[in-house]
Amino acid sequence: MRRLVNIRPGPGSRVFLGAIPLVLAALGYLVASATRQAANPADKVLPPLDALWAAGGRMATQVDPITGAVPLVADTVASLARLGLGLGISTGSTLVLGLLLGLLPVVRAALGPLVAAIAVIPPIAVLPVLFIVLGLGETAKVALIVIGITPFMVRDLSSQVSAIPEEQRVKAQTLGASTWQIALRLALPQAMPKLLKGLRLSLGPAWVFLIAAEAIASDVGLGYRIFLVRRYLAMDVILPYVAWISLLAVVMDQALAWISRRFFPWDHAKGAE
Amino acid sequence: MSHPILSLRDVWVEYGDTIVLEKVTIDIAQGSFVSIVGPSGAGKSTFLRLIIGQEAPTRGRILMEGAPLVPEPGPERGVVFQRYSVFPHLTAIDNVAFGLDCAGSMFLGRLYGRRRKAALEEAGRMLEKVGLSHSRDAYPAQLSGGMQQRLAIAQALVRKPRILLLDEPFGALDPGIRLDMHALIDGLWREHGLTILMVTHDIKEAFKLGDRVLAFDKRRHDPHAPHRFGSSAVYDFPLTGKNRRPPAEILALASREPAEA
Repeated sequence: MRRLVNIRPGPGSRVFLGAIPLVLAALGYLVASATRQAANPADKVLPPLDALWAAGGRMATQVDPITGAVPLVADTVASLARLGLGLGISTGSTLVLGLLLGLLPVVRAALGPLVAAIAVIPPIAVLPVLFIVLGLGETAKVALIVIGITPFMVRDLSSQVSAIPEEQRVKAQTLGASTWQIALRLALPQAMPKLLKGLRLSLGPAWVFLIAAEAIASDVGLGYRIFLVRRYLAMDVILPYVAWISLLAVVMDQALAWISRRFFPWDHAKGAE
Repeated sequence: MSHPILSLRDVWVEYGDTIVLEKVTIDIAQGSFVSIVGPSGAGKSTFLRLIIGQEAPTRGRILMEGAPLVPEPGPERGVVFQRYSVFPHLTAIDNVAFGLDCAGSMFLGRLYGRRRKAALEEAGRMLEKVGLSHSRDAYPAQLSGGMQQRLAIAQALVRKPRILLLDEPFGALDPGIRLDMHALIDGLWREHGLTILMVTHDIKEAFKLGDRVLAFDKRRHDPHAPHRFGSSAVYDFPLTGKNRRPPAEILALASREPAEA
């Protein structure tokens, strides 16, 4: 009898095994929805598939007469703009701070405790401060994303940069490299794929902070919409929106993974650490 | 003969209470191949770190060609470590060209145009010397351990260092590959008139390649406070063509248990 730890599924059976829970979850929803519809045709909590499809399609195609825009499109554009700006600012400042902290012991001594202290503040707790200081506009929402994910990304990247073996830093110096050249030719290229990895890990929290900020004070956005229609128990709108947000998150994650493989093949080479 | 290329004068290295090296006084002549042996913990690596410039002596002076050695790594002292000597994000040819890039381009750290072409040609010749022409566009992760060390040697030699420091360079390689590497480094030493300092665990390798062998160990030993005495070069053998057999006391030194830290 082989031990369970040694049984590895082949590619075909892996797809099959992975599909089982998904199919079960979908079936479970359908059964529960049908049961509730049979008991109460006006049930709003678990709408059937065709109702989800209809409501989702309405949000994605029909122009809202008040705003003059298609809600799903306007929400997606607004949310992605906030998310993109937040992620961009976070990634840029992480690259600079992570390299400085990881490479220069002087900077690590000076700024390390500050970054560590900021990292333990729960970002949502700062949200009222942001709204008070920055107003209810776009700035506060973007700032929440930046404050929420940058400390983690900086700490992750600086530890990755300082983990570059000392042998490499010494070798570069014996080849005549200055501090600037070490940063530019040694630390920066090796930091890039790690930065992308950190960014991928931060996508989930970034969405959380975006939706939290939109839920509290906004007039457009994916998070705004689902918290708005919650008042009417409109699960037929909320569920397609959640599915759409998940799809966007998966696409962004895979795009970053592709960029990393495409531009930093050495980090994915066989046998690489 | 003017100054020796490297001379250590009464050098001590202490970490707090612990004395690692004491009273080390050594002259190293231009063009010599010095093997450094000794039990684990005898300060061989510390000795090498001093010369690389990763550490400064607590007391004493280190002179390179008569001038005080700057306690910072520099291009006149090339180095090959046992591992992690090459840059994983650069192809073989770019690893070798790195030194030329740094020398030729202060702000961009990389040459362009005609100067880049010249640098690549020079790096290509270096790769050819170590037998890696066929792998010029491979990343280090795609190379075997022996090929990575060949690459590390080519990379170190491209800046034409005055001294080449080898820290157990072949320690992680298979015996057959190690023989190839011995032939390679011996050939480069003769051809370029290099001065080489090599730390090794392998006594046979030390006596085969070197023209001088330094053995590091503690001269004195206090069983109650072993850290209070440091190591120094206890044996210093010049080797000629015939005198290539390790003496008994060296073999005893190598087979001994590691010294307590």
